[in-house]
Amino acid sequence: MTKNQNIPERPPLLEVHDLTKNYGARTGCADVSFNLFPGEVMGIVGESGSGKSTLLNCLAGQLEADSGAVMFDTRADGPRDTRLMSEAERRMLGRTDWAFVHQNPRDGLRMRISAGGNVGERLMAVGARHYGDIRSAAEDWLTRVEIATDRMDDRPAAFSGGMQQRLQIARNLVTGPRLVFMDEPTGGLDVSVQARLLDLLRGLVRRMGLSAIIVTHDLAVVRLLADRLMVMKDGRVVETGLTDQVLDDPQHAYTQLLVASVLQV
Amino acid sequence: MSDYNFAYLDEQTKRMIRRAILKGVAVPGYQVPFASREMPMPYGWGTGGVQVSAACLTPEDVFKVIDQGADDTTNAVSIRKFFEKTAQVSVTEHTKDATVIQTRHRIPEVRLTEDQILVYQVPIPEPLRFLEPRETETRKMHALEDYGLMHVKLYEDIARHGEIATAYAYPVKVEDRYVMDPSPIPKFDNPKLESAALQLFGAGREQRIYAVPPYTKVVSLDFDDYPFDPSKADYPCALCGATESYLDEVIVDDSGGRMFVCSDTDFCAGRQEAAA
Repeated sequence: MTKNQNIPERPPLLEVHDLTKNYGARTGCADVSFNLFPGEVMGIVGESGSGKSTLLNCLAGQLEADSGAVMFDTRADGPRDTRLMSEAERRMLGRTDWAFVHQNPRDGLRMRISAGGNVGERLMAVGARHYGDIRSAAEDWLTRVEIATDRMDDRPAAFSGGMQQRLQIARNLVTGPRLVFMDEPTGGLDVSVQARLLDLLRGLVRRMGLSAIIVTHDLAVVRLLADRLMVMKDGRVVETGLTDQVLDDPQHAYTQLLVASVLQV
Repeated sequence: MSDYNFAYLDEQTKRMIRRAILKGVAVPGYQVPFASREMPMPYGWGTGGVQVSAACLTPEDVFKVIDQGADDTTNAVSIRKFFEKTAQVSVTEHTKDATVIQTRHRIPEVRLTEDQILVYQVPIPEPLRFLEPRETETRKMHALEDYGLMHVKLYEDIARHGEIATAYAYPVKVEDRYVMDPSPIPKFDNPKLESAALQLFGAGREQRIYAVPPYTKVVSLDFDDYPFDPSKADYPCALCGATESYLDEVIVDDSGGRMFVCSDTDFCAGRQEAAA
């Protein structure tokens, strides 16, 4: 294969080498390797218990992997292994360049703090100390995720499920992260709300040039959002490829089963 | 009375507490865990302060106790009597004469000196407690200087009340490092935390000791556009006429009558004497 000399080669944003996590004798995920390039959205699909959430939590530093390396292209020092970073550095990444959208908004939001405060928290955590600025940034982001600004001082407990999820997204994106981890972002929402959320997510990801890793069992979600797909079974990656390629022409028996199992309306 | 060891606690316990105090002084604002003892008083009445005082007192000390600024309320009188009985130290109500002052919820109006120790009674030492209930998590936040949450609380205050409505136990940052709860003193007293005296904080139930050494930098948290404001009631004291002291509001009858008087009784009495 010849390299196109005109396209400058961009280093991957995230490089994962042989990531393994065991729960005692059981496997969480095993020997996972992949590259994620800037602006790329990667989907991870598989059935419950296939290790996709374990993998995501290991990547985001919320779980400690047993072996392997997760190289992240930091703004300051270039690629660094996040597993060898100090907890302080990892937390700093977690509130600047990384974002994590939980399946259940209650895990990602502070339910007793107003919507504005929820959005502002990350800003304040990285040193914003001007109330007016924080408030206008929060207002801006609430508008972007289609939450009326007069709901800004309401607590998330008074929001519907879809609004809570949108608020969680605003709260995560306010510091302009480069990599977003999403764990079943549309889980538990009804289909019309899901569709709007997907539309919003797709717009944001494209406009901000975000890289994202989306874990889901919903193939429709990855079809809409993901550029590339990784199929997991029993903790291992069984198939990777472009989303359309994997979904339209599945090679591995398990992927074929997965694609064939989708209900048609 | 010879049945008690000097200042009630046995010498080993006092050593243990002094070690915690020294560590607290070495790391200003850091909460040092210590093996708090059962004291002959209920939790919440100053068991932490009493233990710190007991570890600090020497037979030559002159001891003063303040409760909400007053020397003559139940808590102050009983703790003062306790050490009169168990340590036979001399006691005083005059801030200037005292070498060890145990206080609940106030800092004396008179400027303290290098020869004095101020001991605070602390109910909840953890400034992040009501924002993050997990102790493991708050310790980690202190270790990593992860203090964004503290400002979220102030943000919520402004969003809801139009100003920072926290009026007591106002969070401070000590020596640009640890965020500390100055115990429930009114925020009016916060500027006085930068003092010539050694300040020790004891929380008996929560088993924590922390300290602010003399001349340590103590900054009250705020926003650039909502700066810290050490407010007080906008009246002069009805008894001594002081305009610069912290005031208590006293209801005097059933028809809405009220007066504002100095909360620091020694300060007020001193001014009345000087005027007479």
